[in-house]
Amino acid sequence: MDAILLQILNGLDKGSAYALIALGLTLIFGTLGVVNFAHGALFMIGAFCAVTVQKLMGLSFETLDETQKDFLGNPLKVETPYVEAWFGPEVGATIIDWSVPLAILFAIPIMLLVGYVMERGLIKHFYKRPHADQILVTFGLAIVLQEIVKYFFGANPIQTPAPDALSGSIDLGIMVGFDTNAIIYPIWRLVYFGFAVAIIGAVFSFLQFTTFGMVVRAGMADRETVGLLGINIDRRFTIMFGIAAAVAGLAGVMYGPLNPPNYHMGMDFLVLSFVVVVVGGMGSLPGAVLAGFLLGILESFASTTWATTTIPGINQIIIYLVAIVVLLTRPRGLMGRKGVMEE
Amino acid sequence: MLGLNKKDTSLLIVVAILTLLAPFILNPFPTDSAMAQFNAGYPDLMQRFVIFGIFAIGFNILFGLTGYLSFGHAAFLGVGSYSAVWMFKLLSYSVIPAIALSVVVAGLFSLLIGFVSLRRSGIYFSILTLAFAQMSFALAYSVLSNPKFNLTNGETGLQVYSDDPQILQSANAPDLPHLFGVPMRATYTLDVGAWSFDFNAGYYMCAVIMMVVFYLAIRIFRSPFGMMLRAVKSNQQRMNYTGLNSKPYTLAAFVISGMYAGLAGGLMAAMDPLAGAERMQWTASGEVVLMTILGGSGTLIGPVLGAGFIKYFENIFSKINDNVLHSWFAFLPDGLEDAVVFVIHPFIGKGWHLTLGILFMLVVIYLPGGLVEGGQRILNRLKRKKPQTDETKSGESEPAE
Repeated sequence: MDAILLQILNGLDKGSAYALIALGLTLIFGTLGVVNFAHGALFMIGAFCAVTVQKLMGLSFETLDETQKDFLGNPLKVETPYVEAWFGPEVGATIIDWSVPLAILFAIPIMLLVGYVMERGLIKHFYKRPHADQILVTFGLAIVLQEIVKYFFGANPIQTPAPDALSGSIDLGIMVGFDTNAIIYPIWRLVYFGFAVAIIGAVFSFLQFTTFGMVVRAGMADRETVGLLGINIDRRFTIMFGIAAAVAGLAGVMYGPLNPPNYHMGMDFLVLSFVVVVVGGMGSLPGAVLAGFLLGILESFASTTWATTTIPGINQIIIYLVAIVVLLTRPRGLMGRKGVMEE
Repeated sequence: MLGLNKKDTSLLIVVAILTLLAPFILNPFPTDSAMAQFNAGYPDLMQRFVIFGIFAIGFNILFGLTGYLSFGHAAFLGVGSYSAVWMFKLLSYSVIPAIALSVVVAGLFSLLIGFVSLRRSGIYFSILTLAFAQMSFALAYSVLSNPKFNLTNGETGLQVYSDDPQILQSANAPDLPHLFGVPMRATYTLDVGAWSFDFNAGYYMCAVIMMVVFYLAIRIFRSPFGMMLRAVKSNQQRMNYTGLNSKPYTLAAFVISGMYAGLAGGLMAAMDPLAGAERMQWTASGEVVLMTILGGSGTLIGPVLGAGFIKYFENIFSKINDNVLHSWFAFLPDGLEDAVVFVIHPFIGKGWHLTLGILFMLVVIYLPGGLVEGGQRILNRLKRKKPQTDETKSGESEPAE
């Protein structure tokens, strides 16, 4: 029982990332009808927003401390980060420690802007072109974004640690009545899961309970009619693209402490996220979220020693296998709607 | 000739002459000159030109004719490589059984994958092929390399060891891949003055095979079968309404292109008897997509051009460094020179992929027909300038072939 719970928990963090990226992909697909192969790159850019904030916070100046001497007898050089000088050592150190969560504030405007520019500058011209062209141009864009990040940050993964207060593990087992040490779980994974749930909830309530969201949903159902009613649906869809980019970016920001970001992390996630979208059902937002968590948990179950000894390497292929089976037996995916991308 | 019309015959002859004379054409600079680094006429690179040319020609039969965008073709290339190396391990270093088996195995493998994937079309097809290819990659990389059943040798890559059976290997045959005793690595170097030209046995074998498969591709393009595939691309729904089942045709195209990929994989292993799982990764599939689109999908010569273009610049462009740039722009005033080098720097050397990505995007946006269409537009414009009188006719351009 506790083993099962542990595997479910283990699947949550990857599942959260899948769900968030797939949610963004589905938003873009449902509104604009565009297949965005550059969505993984947006996830990666988000992660590098966190890296940038961390570097900015770490910027420091050198002062000579005459009271202390190094081993050569020269005055000791002390590096003081600017934030510590401005806000005092205590607050400054806390800010540096919490740079990853702080990066959220930085990432939201950046990602909205990136999404807006991407849609207006490039994607806009591809609405009427075939899906193959959309895939190809966004694939090219993904390569370009990836290489730009590589140029500035190098090819090696960069550590973005979680704040000290959130970086340990806690014993979840005791809280629900299992033995001690039965379920030890890193806190940051719980934070990531909570964060993902919050974002997903925010996106859904935005679509469900605001006028803007209502118009967007109407546009998803029938773009032409909404346009005929005199509503500028294109502008709203552009904003939705920005929001989808921000969702992917935020997923990336918070993913840093789980896995140090490198420039090709987006591509690795992209393939799986597409599989998630297809399993969930093209154009279905709840389907994307559900499939994201399900596949994440399934992957974690397949990684147990029991599974890998029964069928070696099952953890590597389980998601693809499930995708193939789902696509062939339920062509619309788990929760796909009728009439979306049917051929 | 050979059942081709005049235009296709001349195209085939031009391609044949270019491939056979490639050692000369690709080595235009004397060996000692500063420009020698732009020589592409060394065996390793020339082999890659034709092998990826074959791969792209095959991919084009699927994507160019039917419009089905497969993101998993590298899987067939990898399967071809693995089967060729297994032939080297079990039988002998002769390349003929190796290449034959790689084509057959890749054909069977693509029949299986194609049968399943072609139940869907459009984006679903792309994602299904992508999923299959990633699955094959994962299988080759880890699952099939466990000690009990080691088919792929995992991360190290499959290679021939001295204790392999090689039951047909005769004592006097060379101890590396060979064709009737001529090793693939045999290279004859011809020195003419300051120039030197390499003639490599492996390259010529690949070149001859490429000409054969290029000829086959022309025949497929011109056949009723090819016509049917184009019909699938232009309007599959209408085809279905006329009561025609298009699946056998698309499946045949998928298998043919899979066999081309397997052939390319087999040749790759024949040039260097080593097969690794990274050949099957989806980025490798992306590369052949890039080649085909860049050159011009749906055209005959486009994929070969694209493959040559990408492989040339991958090898040559990535060698340019800042010192070379400084020597090029030395004629500029100092400050300007540094500025120019600074601007170009991100795009060369390790940044070659950035250039490739930008170029690819520009091609998809402005030139859906690829380099071939670009060339045709330039030709049309040149033609239009001379006779100013007939403006009505020059406006229409031939469909890209």
